[in-house]
Amino acid sequence: MSINGNSSEKVLISAYLIIALFFILTIRIWQLQILQGSEYRKLSEENRLRIVRVAAPRGIIYDRTGIPLVKNTPYYFVSISPQNLDGLDISALAALLNMDRDVLSEKIKNRPQQNLYEPIRLKEGLSTKEIALIEARRSDFPSLAVDADVSRDYLFGNIGAHLIGYLGKPNEFQYSSPDFKDIPSNAFIGQWGVEKLYDRQLRGTSGERIIEMDALGRELRLIKEKSPIRGDDVKLAMDIKLQKEAEESFGEKTGALVAMKPDTGEILALISRPSFDPNLFARGIKQRQWEDLNQNKKLPFLNRSLQSQYPPGSTFKIITAIAAMEEGAIDVNTKVTCTGEIVYGRWHFGCWQKQGHGTLSLHRALVESCDVYFYDLGKRLGIDKVASYARMFGLGKETGLRMAKERSGVVPDTKWKLEKRKQPWYLGETFNASIGQGYVATTPFQMAQMMSIVANGGYVYSPSLLMADNNPTPLTKLNIRQETLDEVKKALSGVVNENGGTGWAAKSSLVNICGKTGTAQVVGLKRDSKYLPEMFRDHAWFVAFAPYEAPEIALSVMVEHGGHGGATAAPIAKRAIEAYMKGQRLENRQTAH
Amino acid sequence: MRIDRRLIKNFDWVTFFLIVLLAIIGIMTIYSATRPPLPHGTMASYYIRQLYWVIMSILALLLIISFDYIWLKRASYVLYGLGMFLLLLVLLLGKTGMGAQRWLNLGIVSFQPSEVFKLFYIITISRYLSEMQGKIGLASLLKTFFLLAFVPMVMLIKQPDLGTAIILLLVFLSLVIMKGLQRKAVALVVLISLVSVPFLGNILWEGLKDYQKNRLVAFLEPESDPSGIGYHINQSKVAIGSGQVIGKGYLRGTQGPFRFLPEKHTDFIFAVFGEEWGFVGSVILLFLYLSLILRGLDTASKAKDEFGSLLALGISFMFTIYFFVNVGMTLGIMPVVGVPLPFMSYGGTSLLANFVAAGILINIRTRRFALFY
Repeated sequence: MSINGNSSEKVLISAYLIIALFFILTIRIWQLQILQGSEYRKLSEENRLRIVRVAAPRGIIYDRTGIPLVKNTPYYFVSISPQNLDGLDISALAALLNMDRDVLSEKIKNRPQQNLYEPIRLKEGLSTKEIALIEARRSDFPSLAVDADVSRDYLFGNIGAHLIGYLGKPNEFQYSSPDFKDIPSNAFIGQWGVEKLYDRQLRGTSGERIIEMDALGRELRLIKEKSPIRGDDVKLAMDIKLQKEAEESFGEKTGALVAMKPDTGEILALISRPSFDPNLFARGIKQRQWEDLNQNKKLPFLNRSLQSQYPPGSTFKIITAIAAMEEGAIDVNTKVTCTGEIVYGRWHFGCWQKQGHGTLSLHRALVESCDVYFYDLGKRLGIDKVASYARMFGLGKETGLRMAKERSGVVPDTKWKLEKRKQPWYLGETFNASIGQGYVATTPFQMAQMMSIVANGGYVYSPSLLMADNNPTPLTKLNIRQETLDEVKKALSGVVNENGGTGWAAKSSLVNICGKTGTAQVVGLKRDSKYLPEMFRDHAWFVAFAPYEAPEIALSVMVEHGGHGGATAAPIAKRAIEAYMKGQRLENRQTAH
Repeated sequence: MRIDRRLIKNFDWVTFFLIVLLAIIGIMTIYSATRPPLPHGTMASYYIRQLYWVIMSILALLLIISFDYIWLKRASYVLYGLGMFLLLLVLLLGKTGMGAQRWLNLGIVSFQPSEVFKLFYIITISRYLSEMQGKIGLASLLKTFFLLAFVPMVMLIKQPDLGTAIILLLVFLSLVIMKGLQRKAVALVVLISLVSVPFLGNILWEGLKDYQKNRLVAFLEPESDPSGIGYHINQSKVAIGSGQVIGKGYLRGTQGPFRFLPEKHTDFIFAVFGEEWGFVGSVILLFLYLSLILRGLDTASKAKDEFGSLLALGISFMFTIYFFVNVGMTLGIMPVVGVPLPFMSYGGTSLLANFVAAGILINIRTRRFALFY
């Protein structure tokens, strides 16, 4: 009409085009509201409602005398709400928090997607000085907030660190594990030791707050609240005075100590040196600190009492002696002459005393730790008998303590060698095994358990980290004659108290200590390794119990590359036992009054 | 001015009712979007101010209807000059908001000259094209573009108000096409748009302000930056999507008042509406806008002269583009360019300009009979 000839046709076409545009919008709205509607409805609820889990106060860990080993302590962190990040001066914020600018902006940008509206934690484990600094500059950074969580103070620092353990942030695997579903997303959980093993009891039940929030992260209304339920306390079998004295007596030495109560199986002390400060973890360990500890050549994170195995050396002679008596291979009067070595075919097996011990019976053989005497016993018994007794005493298998991924140790016999080495057993290997060398390997924990069974007259108890409420019933009683054990115990007392005993350094005026030294060869060449570099020196062992008459404590001490067991390990055992016995007597006196 | 009985008899009540209805829906939605999240909070007075603007806009609309639109044709070049002057003023002493300089402060109210200019611009182009004979050749296409479209577009881009600039270019192109192009001119339009997309894109990107770049990136990849512009788009989608079939109900939406939605009462008002009224409400709203636009096209084909016809087309296309760009943005299928939803978004100048534009449509339709006087 008025424009050009085909104008109304063009108007019609544009009308169709416009209808098509509206159709596109309708399809998109359909897609959002109908197809994905429920998904978006959920998102909008999550936008508005936030479930904040509130960590329950964690149970306290006590030692057997009721001394608290840990304390719950506030743990401060600073976070920023993810909305309103426009115009944030990252450089100024980095300066305020004393953080690297790139690390900070990385943290702000790369937060997990599911926590879109949750404040982003920027720095954790703040000191009071840092908090004061941040609070002073709050007006410049209104979206910053300092909040507190609960963490742990480990009151004794690195004393008992391997036993008590530490708290840490959940790792990736734990994060997705159903065991930790109900804990607050940033909560600490037990990552080592008792804290980990009894995490469920200690943790309690977290509370829940359902809050309505606006986009600025401000709480508008509390919709529902469920209070947290405090975690249960845990009372350990451990005696902190003993633990502390024993750890301190290690000094700079590397090694392990395990002490048990022979009549219950309670673990009185569990030490692995060097140790670490669990407070570092509970305050959010810094990357650098973690690397330092992790790269330390002495492996502070290794729990040597369970995770390392060593040849037990002469401490193993206790097993050989019991086996020989029980199997009737010898009696108390059987005598063997030691000339300083035994010759077998082309091989010479020496005694540590090159001049020889002369003619001696079992008692003096144990007291002086004569190797030749025990070579002879091994020959009389055969390896399979020795091995079966070692297993009776718990060697060669895991203790089932679940504290760490523990080593099982090795108790070799003919079958073992055929399976593992595809070779027959040689008599020479029996000699070595009889004095705890060669293939034999044990953990310090196993040796403490063995000593405990010897001390209590053959009863096997399940080892317990927690203090026993009433006297636990033993798992089994070993089929070993009382006379045998009495004879061995008498000899072990002689090791410490008689002239010429190798364990003289453990002799105490306070209590009658019984024990056995052990020196485990690291390299097979020389006997006396005092002059070798430390890494080739022998491992020093001392296993003991006390008092002789009615044992209250059994323990094993292992000092890596400590040289002679009598010289290095025995004094540590003595100090530990004396500390415990002093405490016991004090307690008895108090209860008597 | 005498009121003819035929003026009342032929009055375009449909368009009038549609825009008043949309404005009322707009006020209701502004009320809901800006209500406080808690009962005891203080209410922002946006909806009251919008109500005043609606009343003023209706008065302005009646004023526009009262005279024959032929006077607009006569005054067009003066109006165009006035519009350019206003744009210049903005560049010289405009008030800056959100990184863009778009407002002129007039003491009591701030107003956006680009909203006014777009009307003058459509009127002027309609007049210019209506005075041309036959199809537009290559030379006259270029001449028209540089004479009428180029300078204001550059000025708008400088503000920067890229959204309005692009919309004005689209209105220009669609009007030129409706007028009719010669083959060569069609080829040029197609060629230039094909060549210039990557080329211009690059130049534009370099010339873009940071917030504009962010918007583009966020549009292409909304998840990349959830708390920036992409956050806006995501929250808008959450708002609309959560409305589902029948919506959460009026005053039951949470995205707006809880501040999850940015610009909730201005550019993102459709998201607030969609959340509360759902798919059913959204489709009805779309239908209202479509009716308004198709009514405008019908007016164009019934206009008594070519100027009226082109003017009605230009206004209808403008409504279409604004609507599509705005709603498309809230739905996440168009980039965030900061364009208001006609008749509903909070904002006086835009409301007034759209009412005046609708008034012109009514004027053209009401005076569609050549022998009116």
